[in-house]
Amino acid sequence: MPRLSAWLTRTALAYLAAGFTFGSLLLLHKGVSIAGALWRLLPLHVESVLIGWTLQLALGVAYWILPRHLRGAPRGAEHPAWAAYVLLNLGVLLVLAGAWLGAANLTLAGRVCELVAVTIFGALAWPRVKTWGH
Amino acid sequence: MPTLTRWFIKTALAYLALALLLGLGQALRPLGLTPDWLGAFGPVYFHLFMVGWMTQLIFGVAHWMFPKASPEHPRGDERVMWLVYGLLNVGLALRAVSEPFVAAHFAFGWLLATAALLQWLAGLGAAWSLWGRVKVK
Repeated sequence: MPRLSAWLTRTALAYLAAGFTFGSLLLLHKGVSIAGALWRLLPLHVESVLIGWTLQLALGVAYWILPRHLRGAPRGAEHPAWAAYVLLNLGVLLVLAGAWLGAANLTLAGRVCELVAVTIFGALAWPRVKTWGH
Repeated sequence: MPTLTRWFIKTALAYLALALLLGLGQALRPLGLTPDWLGAFGPVYFHLFMVGWMTQLIFGVAHWMFPKASPEHPRGDERVMWLVYGLLNVGLALRAVSEPFVAAHFAFGWLLATAALLQWLAGLGAAWSLWGRVKVK
């Protein structure tokens, strides 16, 4: 797989581990009541598994397996794709920080980063969604 | 397709059907067509879908399609992913059975704690196993 897909996939796997850890702590607390403050992990759990894990893995695999261009760079311009990777993860970290600190401005900044990242990925992937040989 | 992938995908499909059935049952509650206690299954419905279906499908397909670990052992130590399969499904089933009771009476709490531990180990096991299959070519 291309280097960017490897980074996206490994980062996604790290968020899988983090997301399952947050979720398991929440479930453990539901079962045997440890500390009410653990409920603060809920938005971190949701963000980690939905964006950090699932979305990021999907983008990594799509970048890898979608049909390649017959001319020029096989997967399109690489710099914007790397920028999207950085922005996506900056966005996730900002949302996590915003949720933990209760800072709505951080959450907003994070969501903007995620939106820009996905828009860049979408623009790069769009022309690769095609019939073989075209 | 490897045997383990078939198990992952078929179990994922079963969870998908179960999640959608539960969702239907919950949607019928306001009409008085299903019992009120189905309301306690909200988190179970969501996790049957996200863990039982989506995550399990991803694990199965990743185990099948990710780059080979080595020519001798293309999918690495398969025992780890078999263990993940067992832990994830036993954990999720325990959660599905015990969570509504915990929500209602605060009974079966230790079952829910066990479900949390099993699913946590499954998540870490999958991340560890698949990590070694991520290779740049």
